Amino acid sequence: MEHVVIIGNGISGVTAARHIRKLSDKKITIISAESEYFFSRTALMYVYMGHMKFEHTQPYENHFWKKNNIELVHGYVAKVDTEQKLLYLADKSSLNYDKLVIATGSKPNKFGWPGQDLDGVQGLYSKQDLELLEENAPNNKVCKRAVIVGGGLIGIELAEMLRTRDIPVTFLVREKSFWNSVLPSGESEMINEHIREHHIDLRLGTSLQEIHPDENGRVKSVTLAETGEEIECNLVGLTAGVTPNIDFLKDSGIALGRGVKVNRFLETNVKDVYAIGDCAEQHEAIGNRRPIEAVWYTGRMMGEALAQTICGNRMAYNPGHWFNSAKFLDIEYQTYGWVFSERNKKENEVHFHWRHPNEKICITIAFDKESETLLGINTFGIRLRHHVFDQWLSEQRSIDFAMEHLVDANFDPEFYKNFESQIVSKYNADFGKSISLKKRNLKRIFKIA
Amino acid sequence: MSTYNKSMALTGEPPKSLSLNQKMAVFLGTSGLGILLLAVFNVSFPNKTLWLTLSLLAITIGVIWFSWDAYSQKLPGIKNDGVWFKSISSHGLWGWIAGLALTGFYIVLYFYPEYLGLVSDGENKGVIALFDPLSQLLSGNPASQWFVYGTLYTVAILAFGIKFLWKYRHNRYERLRTVSVMFFQTAFAFIIPELMARLNGDKILNGGSLPYYDLKNIWPLNYYNFEGYRIKMFLSSGEIGFALLIFGILSIFVITPILTYKYGKRWYCSWVCGCGGLAETAGDSFRQLSDKSTFAWKVERWVVHSVVVFVTLMTTAVIYSYLGTDTSKYWLTKSTFLIGVAVLLTLVFGWAMIFKRDQLQKDAQYGAIGYFVIILALIGFHFFSGDGEVFLFKSGTLRKSYSFLIGSIFSGVIGTGFYPIFGSRVWCRFGCPMAAILGFQQRLFSRFRITTNGGQCISCGNCSVYCEMGIDVRAYAQKGENIVRSSCVGCGICSAVCPRGVLKLENGPLEGRIDSNQVLLGNDVDLMTLVNKK
Repeated sequence: MEHVVIIGNGISGVTAARHIRKLSDKKITIISAESEYFFSRTALMYVYMGHMKFEHTQPYENHFWKKNNIELVHGYVAKVDTEQKLLYLADKSSLNYDKLVIATGSKPNKFGWPGQDLDGVQGLYSKQDLELLEENAPNNKVCKRAVIVGGGLIGIELAEMLRTRDIPVTFLVREKSFWNSVLPSGESEMINEHIREHHIDLRLGTSLQEIHPDENGRVKSVTLAETGEEIECNLVGLTAGVTPNIDFLKDSGIALGRGVKVNRFLETNVKDVYAIGDCAEQHEAIGNRRPIEAVWYTGRMMGEALAQTICGNRMAYNPGHWFNSAKFLDIEYQTYGWVFSERNKKENEVHFHWRHPNEKICITIAFDKESETLLGINTFGIRLRHHVFDQWLSEQRSIDFAMEHLVDANFDPEFYKNFESQIVSKYNADFGKSISLKKRNLKRIFKIA
Repeated sequence: MSTYNKSMALTGEPPKSLSLNQKMAVFLGTSGLGILLLAVFNVSFPNKTLWLTLSLLAITIGVIWFSWDAYSQKLPGIKNDGVWFKSISSHGLWGWIAGLALTGFYIVLYFYPEYLGLVSDGENKGVIALFDPLSQLLSGNPASQWFVYGTLYTVAILAFGIKFLWKYRHNRYERLRTVSVMFFQTAFAFIIPELMARLNGDKILNGGSLPYYDLKNIWPLNYYNFEGYRIKMFLSSGEIGFALLIFGILSIFVITPILTYKYGKRWYCSWVCGCGGLAETAGDSFRQLSDKSTFAWKVERWVVHSVVVFVTLMTTAVIYSYLGTDTSKYWLTKSTFLIGVAVLLTLVFGWAMIFKRDQLQKDAQYGAIGYFVIILALIGFHFFSGDGEVFLFKSGTLRKSYSFLIGSIFSGVIGTGFYPIFGSRVWCRFGCPMAAILGFQQRLFSRFRITTNGGQCISCGNCSVYCEMGIDVRAYAQKGENIVRSSCVGCGICSAVCPRGVLKLENGPLEGRIDSNQVLLGNDVDLMTLVNKK
């Protein structure tokens, strides 16, 4: 019986294992040093905030793995010998494999700041990081102020977490506006406002110079690069992105770039070795995607695709329309297709933007200047129906069509106030159109002929 | 690192102490309860109206004050910070103390009302006497333990309802739903029945008396509705009485199926029902304590359906016991009634087995067949064994044990008393026969579903944790499946707490409602078709 070994029990590795089990009776082993059982990394913040206990982040009951005959090994893979098809674990034991899946995820970026390895300086990625945070910032007596470095999704989550324990937070964002490398300016500006509403000391256009220790080697303060200002703090959160977690593969003969180099079939240069999820790097980017996609959903999708290949139906990783979501404090964000920030936008991409006059709700739709084909949509504070937008993108619908049928795409809970008519009238005004909104149609929504 | 407690590595010691305002609010509310407690111990209050008003106001204002301090100063949004750090809401010491106190209260209420001051012939004493003025005002009669309970129940739903409205002020579904349960409790469960009692003996009722009737309480939740004494009262109260009896029958056989088909069982369980109302308001702080394991789900299916069988047998036996045998006197006789029950059950069972069998779990099929055979066997046995007791049991014994085991112990002592231990919907989930019947229909024949939004689920688990019915919502959402579960009461909290906008409660066409496609949107279209083939 062929033995498939998966290093990493995150969403990519576990999805691959589940689908391999569905398709075959191969022997499957998942190795993880981080946790005994699969848990949802995205939910770690809720454990610190007291919304959940750690065991609630585990999507499958503990008996699931035995029942599905998936063996779990709690250990750290120190070295991979691809000649012998052998894994060496840190506890000196070893393990044979026939096929190897590398799904080891990421680790937080450190950019060589002085003091970045002091006690009280940490990232937020793993279960261990969460445990460390509980030590470093259990309450606002121990942690009188925290400084967060890096204005992305993890940074704002960490800020939200710390605020639930009334810990004062200074949030250093290198860009002129929050996450404006991804978000168009109107949206980014709205999030700036919302961050400040939550009494977070947001410092835009500000970067870290140095982290200073106290006499015990713990963080005492930071200085800012632009102003030289010194801020006293007990915790520095480094949240400036992540890098593939692949140091253990250095001498394995597996081709590495920033991540593990893979082709469209998620195969590495070594036969029977594959890589998926955050740690995989495509030789060439797929469409508008980045070569390394450190996103929950893409990890899951790679796992689904690779399971087919491993079970004898060689299949390329061929993702559909881009989608993503996040939550910025109280504001939910969803995106379908591509909406680029002003910084990265191509010439043909035109934006339509609407923002609610007083609530934190807004929407941006990107479309092609010439053909007026829909390119993508961002919404904040409005939920959208995934399959409706996916379908519109596949059918290359025009922005006019989307505007007309906007109600069909709404996914807000029942009785919510709807803003489609305001949105459409602003669209009409902005672009000199006279679109009238169609009524909600269950047949269209549920795709019944 | 002196404050770091290794043994609690992931739950820490975050600052979740009460603010000054909250402490004062707790003090005020507790002093309101204190007045009631003093009354229990027969401290006599000179002006009952004044002290009762003071007590109820103190409780209400205490709760509202606390919620104002907790929520009104914060931005609208999900307010679950520290839920698992607070002793009361995470099986801590305060949770157990509250559980014991509530359980004790229910035991006294159901079995020892004399300790509350109930005097059946003569002036009430104790806390029940304290409620006499209010009862006199509404119904013109002295209070009973049930009036005291009903008043406190209503106060709880109203005060904690306001708390809930503040907590979820960003969510219009939750707001409307809560206003609805507050209204139905106050008007239908509390004021209308009391006022109806004033009509008793009036000529509008032909001099008859109506039984106490909370109109939104439908059989089998009010398992006693068709008992002999009530039927007599209905029938002796003129057209109004007769209309109410017909309404009671229509409620379960016509109104309920139509509304459940259109909206799912939520129209009742989380918009109208009093048990649900208390669970959603006063019980909201405990919703996360429900057990989500597949084992608990299995227990739930067996227990709740056994209660349905029990209540069906019991009601059949009770009605049977007072029917006559002579067709010339009244068309409905003992035999026609039993045959009617058998035919009805066979129709429902046959329909489910023929058209909906593939939508039932294996054990649900076995269970249904088992129960069906038992009931038919009992009815058949009756006809062969001649007259006397129905189903081998005395109907009185059956009725008494149901009312003791299910009506009192299960719905009261365990159902509400154990809020802080098993979560707020223990009764609704494991015990309520009404919920089970509505659920049966919701699962098989209703437009209601919780739609999963394509591939947006991140498996975080907020939905499952905050499901008061113990449904592992995430298990469906992360596979891209819609959630169509018989136990779902449609409270909408899973959708509210979802950080990625994945869940939506909605009514839509039956076709494609139960989508067993274990495929998440986002991947290669060909692969999705392939995976879906299985």
